[in-house]
Amino acid sequence: MKIYGVAILAGCFLVGHIIGDQLGKLFHLNGNLGGVGFAMLGLIFMNDYFKRKNILKPETESGMLFWSTMYIPVVVAMSATQNVKAALSGGWVAVLVGIFATLACYALIPFIAKLSKNQSENKK
Amino acid sequence: MQHIIEILDKNGLVFAFLVVGIIMSLSYVVSKKLTNHKIPGAAIAISVGLFIAYFGGEKGIANIPAFTGMALLGGSMMRDFAIVSTAMGASFSEIRKTGFIGIFCLVIGTVVAFFIGGTIGYLLGYTDAKSFATIGGGACTFIVGPITGGAVGASSEVIAISIAVGVIKSVFVTISTPFLAKKLGIDNPQSAMIFGGIVGSTSGVSAGLASTDVKLVPYGALTATFHTAMGCLICPSILYYIVHLFLN
Repeated sequence: MKIYGVAILAGCFLVGHIIGDQLGKLFHLNGNLGGVGFAMLGLIFMNDYFKRKNILKPETESGMLFWSTMYIPVVVAMSATQNVKAALSGGWVAVLVGIFATLACYALIPFIAKLSKNQSENKK
Repeated sequence: MQHIIEILDKNGLVFAFLVVGIIMSLSYVVSKKLTNHKIPGAAIAISVGLFIAYFGGEKGIANIPAFTGMALLGGSMMRDFAIVSTAMGASFSEIRKTGFIGIFCLVIGTVVAFFIGGTIGYLLGYTDAKSFATIGGGACTFIVGPITGGAVGASSEVIAISIAVGVIKSVFVTISTPFLAKKLGIDNPQSAMIFGGIVGSTSGVSAGLASTDVKLVPYGALTATFHTAMGCLICPSILYYIVHLFLN
């Protein structure tokens, strides 16, 4: 049944959030440290395990796949509910810092991608 | 009219499905007919979302009666749930290939954004260590900024700026990714993970990759979420300490 897939997803999501929350507490920060990342890792591991054991039914999988196709619509709704006015009223400081910091990061990508390529070639 | 708005408000989430569905379908028609698929439909839809958000308030369009359900559909619970579900398409072996480089990206991306952001803020008149760290944190993501500001005790004005910095970054990443993806070589899982780890901003990275190539979203989103975690860890602590040594 599709709900099995949704339930697996929900389980990974909640476990990830609990881990992130506990990590936040550990470092005395009022936030969730990478909860979504841990949830994703959990789902990837489970998925890998199910596939190897060959026990993941297509029907179960489609319950999860539905939500991944809802991803872009959710992002559209998310951008429609951002405080765009405040972002623009933050004035030039916000605009300049936001854009230049991003460009500086972009500039690093090709360099590190090359590094990563060399590394994986060395491994071969 | 009042009556209809009441019904829409009461069934906010369902109305949000309808609104987003209409935005999506119009955007895909525009993408096909006017731009010949050159600008992806998803990118247009996300820009339309940002555009209509301007007419609302603090919560974007959700501040306007009848549209309150948009905050539910686009809220952090649904966003995180949908992001996690994209991990279904990620393969474990691809992630392992990035391994050490991935962690290296997280650190270097955070440090570069922090110091570039803080330095520009410094040049524009925010010269104390607390403001430097908070604005630098905002240059990582709009979550890191306020967390750093709260931890070091920055003023609420500076915290507001740091949120704005993070939001501008995420908007800029969303819009620029589809155009820059090819130039930066973001066309495989490894480079998508590097991109996510360095740039951070989960919403920007995942929206940008969604309009570049949907298959890359889980890889970028995975490292991007750890970027926020890394920022929350080192910005208010080690990095603030370094800035503190030089500025006070």
